[in-house]
Amino acid sequence: MTSLRHQPLAHLALAARREPPVADAGVTLRALPYRPSIILRGESGDAGFVAAFRAGMGFELPLDPNRISSHDGVTALWLGPSEWLILGAMGPAGQGRLATALTGHHHAIINNGDGQQIIALSGPRARDVLGKLCPLDLESPDLAPGHCARSILARCSILLHPQPDGAYHIHVGRSFADYAWRLLADAGLTYGVAVASGD
Amino acid sequence: MSGESNRLTDGGRIDRTRRLSFRFDNKTMYGYQGDTLASALLANGVRLVGRSFKYHRPRGLMAAGGEEPNGLVRLRQGGRAEPNVRATEIILYDGLVAESQNRWPSLEFDLGALNDRLSPLFPAGFYYKTFMWPASMWPRYEAVIRRMAGLGKAATSADPDRYEKQYAHCDVLVVGAGPSGLAAALAAKRTGARVILADEGAEFGGALLGNGQQIDGRPAIAWVAGIEAELAGAENVRLLPRTVVTGYYDHNALVMLERVADHLLQPGPGQPRQRLWQVRAKQVVLATGALERPLVLANNDRPGVMGAAAVQTYINRYGVRPGRRAVLFTNNDGAYPVALDLARAGVAVAAVVDVRARAPIGWRGDLDRLGIELMADRAVLGVVGRKAVTGVQIGKLNEAGNAVVPGLSRHIDCDLLCLSGGWSPTLHLLSQAGTSLQWDARQGCFLPGKARQAVRVVGAANADFRLQDCLNLGADAGNAAANDAGRRRRGRGPHKPLADVEPALTPPRPIWSIPGTGKGGGKAFVDFQSDVTADDLRLAAREGYRSIEHVKRYTTVGMGTDQGRTANINALGIVAEALDVTVPQVGHTTFRPPFSPVAFGALAGGQTGPLLDPVRRTPMHGWHQDHGAVFEPVGQWLRPYSYPKAGEAMAAAVDRETLAVRTSLGLMDASTLGKIDIRGPDAAEFLNRIYTNGWKGLAVGGCRYGLMLGEDGMIFDDGVTVRLGEDHFHMTTTTGNAAPVLDWLESWLQTEWPELSVYCTSCTEQWAVAALCGPNARRLLAELCPDWDLSAEAFPHMTWQTVAMGEVAAGLEARIFRIGFTGELSFEINVPAGHGPALWAALMAAGEKYAITPFGTEAMHVLRAEVGFIMVGQETDGTTTPDDLGLGRMVSRKKEFLGKRSLFRRDTMRQGRPQLVGLLTDDPGHRVPEGAQLIAGADPAPPQRGLGHVTSSYHSPNLGRTFALALLQGGRARQGETIHIAYDGRAVPATVTGPRFLDPGARAK
Repeated sequence: MTSLRHQPLAHLALAARREPPVADAGVTLRALPYRPSIILRGESGDAGFVAAFRAGMGFELPLDPNRISSHDGVTALWLGPSEWLILGAMGPAGQGRLATALTGHHHAIINNGDGQQIIALSGPRARDVLGKLCPLDLESPDLAPGHCARSILARCSILLHPQPDGAYHIHVGRSFADYAWRLLADAGLTYGVAVASGD
Repeated sequence: MSGESNRLTDGGRIDRTRRLSFRFDNKTMYGYQGDTLASALLANGVRLVGRSFKYHRPRGLMAAGGEEPNGLVRLRQGGRAEPNVRATEIILYDGLVAESQNRWPSLEFDLGALNDRLSPLFPAGFYYKTFMWPASMWPRYEAVIRRMAGLGKAATSADPDRYEKQYAHCDVLVVGAGPSGLAAALAAKRTGARVILADEGAEFGGALLGNGQQIDGRPAIAWVAGIEAELAGAENVRLLPRTVVTGYYDHNALVMLERVADHLLQPGPGQPRQRLWQVRAKQVVLATGALERPLVLANNDRPGVMGAAAVQTYINRYGVRPGRRAVLFTNNDGAYPVALDLARAGVAVAAVVDVRARAPIGWRGDLDRLGIELMADRAVLGVVGRKAVTGVQIGKLNEAGNAVVPGLSRHIDCDLLCLSGGWSPTLHLLSQAGTSLQWDARQGCFLPGKARQAVRVVGAANADFRLQDCLNLGADAGNAAANDAGRRRRGRGPHKPLADVEPALTPPRPIWSIPGTGKGGGKAFVDFQSDVTADDLRLAAREGYRSIEHVKRYTTVGMGTDQGRTANINALGIVAEALDVTVPQVGHTTFRPPFSPVAFGALAGGQTGPLLDPVRRTPMHGWHQDHGAVFEPVGQWLRPYSYPKAGEAMAAAVDRETLAVRTSLGLMDASTLGKIDIRGPDAAEFLNRIYTNGWKGLAVGGCRYGLMLGEDGMIFDDGVTVRLGEDHFHMTTTTGNAAPVLDWLESWLQTEWPELSVYCTSCTEQWAVAALCGPNARRLLAELCPDWDLSAEAFPHMTWQTVAMGEVAAGLEARIFRIGFTGELSFEINVPAGHGPALWAALMAAGEKYAITPFGTEAMHVLRAEVGFIMVGQETDGTTTPDDLGLGRMVSRKKEFLGKRSLFRRDTMRQGRPQLVGLLTDDPGHRVPEGAQLIAGADPAPPQRGLGHVTSSYHSPNLGRTFALALLQGGRARQGETIHIAYDGRAVPATVTGPRFLDPGARAK
């Protein structure tokens, strides 16, 4: 099935474009491959729901704004007081396990892996390039690794997920992926852009 | 004018080892690295740099900074040309090309100068008084006036350079890198605060660059270099030279323009020409300095009349002597050090003329030593010379300063008159930030009032003119700002550098205009850029203008690109005198962003061309592109409009696609429809309140069409929603309303119905949707799903099923909705977005035997209109009720829903509302335009009573003719009548019909 899955940025033939050499570039752009993920809805204030998640997934759902928690390849990103993105291991089996655990608690599970594209922006000038398009204070402790934030990239919505190595994972809706990629590639020209493929 | 005749043999901050060539008005000249265009022109002996706005008077440079009103040039050529750039702000580079403006045929000989001779005909308000009659002639007058009066010409070709925006956040933003700003930035930096220091100049140091002062026993400029090095080495500091703060908005949001590459021949690869910063600062320190005012006297605009501080800057910073024999005229102490610097630079100083009865004693010794005559209690009454100063007339004023004492007049020859009319703190940004300004009568200037935002003002901007005060108070402000931003320095307080002792200050004598010698004395300019004289302001006062805002608009004082930086205070003083009130009673005009002109390119940044707005692509976009689709924008989406074959006309392609769906099989990409996952125990109740029709009775597995109204009872959106489970629905919305509908649902859930347990989550992006429509749809799908019973009995209309597709369709699992928008047998096949292209390809390949035809939005529109399906946004316009469209049966009488009450208002229930009808023109080939008005009679001549309008109009290959939908007043009762469709001066007869033209009947089941 995986081979059938069309990547949102396939039309850019990114694998074929690898210049300039990564070492000289101020930023590197990478289109991350498909990863199963879901949007989980439920109430932060519903202790039963929170406990059921812990029981089913083996870790705590982050309840503080913009925080992230991870366990065993699964990451939960806080999107709102009743909304999380659960990234990784959310194929049919993972989803089934979560749904079973949450039975009886008001919740919703919405597939969204196909609807998203994650663009990784890395390199010494990653923050400067992102700062051209995203109005958040990227130096703020609220955007240190372990945090995430919804914001905009010029005129499209994003979820910003700073990585421990200084890179940013930028989640955009699938239909906006082409726009977001072109924005970043253009903004990066000031410092030189390299394109990397794969994970 | 041969070579750099006015360049001093040494001194200045220019790099004499780097000689630069440039062209001004097609003449090649030379300057040095470190020059501005202005300093290089002066060095080359160029006195005449432009013609004035209205009178075309010859003008020379007056200032050395951003307040320059005269030296506006057109910089660069072709697409890079930029008009109205101040020569004083243009950093010289090798190969620079500039030309003067507002002159024809040449700067030396300008025909427009006739305006000056005719000037008695051009008083203030001239245009209002003269060209208002007859009104019809104004466009012709305007064309001539625009040619004669105006600034430079914009480039006519595209700008090839990049511009970009940058967001930034900091604890302390320091605006201005003079002594106060540097001291503030340093103190803030030492607390560990995140600091941004921005200065519009190429070099930091502000006034210290031009005035030769000392700090800690060394030239101040060495102190500047030390501070700059410390700041540059700090990770928490961002230094931005060539960056002007142009706007100060609420919540300490500021906009800055960084001239990244304006000082280069052209930007490097990938380098932007300019960068627009949007800064959010916890604290702001304004160290924006002060501007020296000119004195208003007869012919004070002649080339060779300059600001005293500007002259000092040209000498000390650029090694340029702006004249050979100077007279200085002042009302404050500022001119005295300039006189000394002039003498040291070898310029003969004929006299220092001080309008004050007592000249400051502290400077007398130095003047005597250099043999400079000091004329206290005297004034320069007027300037002699036309294209250049040749001398000045000096006299004595009475005590009030409003008349000349006869008999004491004297002429002095000179080629340079330095004026110092006092200092105005640069408070434009502070005023933009909402702080009111307080008038200080003693110093004759505005001072900062109580701040409304987190901002401090230091240095000359706060009327602290002594260097030691600037250093001390600057450091204190920087430290305090950092503290307020939550940063604190451990250990001892910031180091306070020591400035040399300056002579005690003698108070200035504010004087707004120097009385002339009588008739014919010459114009005394207040606003040089807008050509406004003291007499213009007095005339406005005589004509009854009292508000300074009205005086400004009537006379245009302060309305130039310099925002009256040198003019405003003198103008206020003159108006106050003319009205016999105080300056605070006159008030001051509002300062608005931008402080300095900003190019549109910088405002647009990188978001131009293809990046102007997002272009949303469906998962199958690539296939459409590869198969000749012509796209149309629908909201931000691009949807295939049609797929014309090579050589096929668009209309023919749409006909072909439309026919294919009715006769065999079509395939449409419906992925752009909004999709919302709705889940919770109260989901059905929630939908019941949102939609006009009932939802509680919809069985799991069922689909239902719904109408949503606004609170006004008007149709807001429509679409099919399916019941996935007892507590689980999948809503579809129109493409353009996906986000507004979700906002609508959320706003009701969050603010009005918090008791409902329902989650609404967008899943538009998650699904690719292929709509398979036509009589052969079931046959093809059955081949793709061999193990599935797709019969009408097993899978009836308005139901959905999760279907495991067979090998031909790569084993995809799909949610198939048996719904459609064409009236034909239809299956809307939903698969996860990534599988969209595979699904599409499988359908196209397997459908070949049915001549499967991809169809675009236009064929879809024709198909749905043939069967009378409405389109929100086409048949509705925000004033349309369900009943207007004949959808009254969709409106439940039994339950409450949003908008219900409005349906029972008198207006929504009245007879004669526009109602949806069909129209068939008498001429079956005639396709009327959408939006055309409906009238009763065959004569289209106005006036007419409009009866409605055409909402949709197409050619139908299935009907073999054109047809239209329309909203017609009382239309349902008018079927069979003839009405007329009016457009382009014609009235096209048409018959009113029902809004359904075709019935696929049993084949759609």
